[in-house]
Amino acid sequence: MNGPHDLGGQMGFGPVRPEPDEPPFHTEWEGRALGLTLCVGALGLWKIDESRHARESLPPAVYYSASYFEIWLRALEALLLNHCLVSAQELAQGSAAPAVGPHPRRLEAATVPAVLAAGSDYQRPLGIAPRFRPGDRVRARNIHPRDHTRLPRYVRGHTGVIESTHGGFILPDTSAHQRGENPEHLYTVVFDGAALWGPDTEPGLTVSVDAWERYLEPA
Amino acid sequence: MPHDNHDHDNHLDPMEARTRALETILTRKGLVDPAAIDAIIETYAEKVGPRNGAQVVARAWDDPAFAVWLASDATAAIASMGFTGRQGEHMKAVFNSDTVHNMVVCTLCSCYPWPVLGLPPVWYKSPAYRSRAVIEPRAVLAEFGVTLPASTCIRVWDSTAELRYLVIPQRPAHSDGLDRAALAGLVTRDSMIGTGLPLVLA
Repeated sequence: MNGPHDLGGQMGFGPVRPEPDEPPFHTEWEGRALGLTLCVGALGLWKIDESRHARESLPPAVYYSASYFEIWLRALEALLLNHCLVSAQELAQGSAAPAVGPHPRRLEAATVPAVLAAGSDYQRPLGIAPRFRPGDRVRARNIHPRDHTRLPRYVRGHTGVIESTHGGFILPDTSAHQRGENPEHLYTVVFDGAALWGPDTEPGLTVSVDAWERYLEPA
Repeated sequence: MPHDNHDHDNHLDPMEARTRALETILTRKGLVDPAAIDAIIETYAEKVGPRNGAQVVARAWDDPAFAVWLASDATAAIASMGFTGRQGEHMKAVFNSDTVHNMVVCTLCSCYPWPVLGLPPVWYKSPAYRSRAVIEPRAVLAEFGVTLPASTCIRVWDSTAELRYLVIPQRPAHSDGLDRAALAGLVTRDSMIGTGLPLVLA
């Protein structure tokens, strides 16, 4: 979707403001929001792509005025509502009754280190050869899907070069919508600054994206 | 006495209240164990952070065979040092040179290599950085106090998939006799994102 999250090349957000000695969390709730998101994610009810889609589906005015942890928490609420795990009434009241026993896949404190250290493998073996090879010229398709995609707008319609192939990876476009993993070949595609930004490019700039095969066509 | 009536200790920040409410609900429903949240916070507040990445960079500077491995299979090379897991499952190391400076961004969200750098800083997740890194990285670098020669090419890596990038900055001059721990001390977090350079020896 052409949502508020697709920021590459947008203007008007002001300077970048590095913060010396920045702490991991600025308030206590930021850590709780992170932990809630990871704990609920560990239940395995949706993939990371669906979480990303919930974040980018927030109203643009909310997205741009929220801190990133607020974006995470609001998206988590939306996912829980969509999956009927909480009700709007419960969220409004801040309570749920009656208490029930632990979910069979509830993340326990003792297993947190192992779960975080294991992560999730997003690569999938593919029985078909990649359509493109390093050095091939490709065009990022001019597509505007209404649902989740990881092809940013600023490269769509532009021509770049395949730099490397990475094998099969879960396709976010379907994984985000519970329509299966549908792994496809993933490529790193390099674009010249001038191809993306015309005469307004900075000198000596190249930009790469990692693109699934369906995002690309021969050029 | 009038000033003793302030009740701000009873006020919760709206996000604080919202987060507490959700934690209460999910705990009662058996979906979340608050102790697991504590363990997650402890991991990223105290255990997993940019000192991990600095050890990887220092070893790459100090051990040519490791640098070759890191360039060809960063996931395995980094895992051999014990740094694995969430948001670092598929790693790629990109090496700065005299002619190329690498810089990492996620324009679509906030993808970042957690096992080697920890959680991303606020500026990395900000619309300002995400929008500008791909169109005017030199202007962004200037805001970090970094000015590169006009002849240096800048390569920006937009983390649009599950590959996570670690920039390997160039080894500082005059660092020849330093041991690995001292070398790691020169490696800043920002130098591994590409918005900074390693510390310079006096």
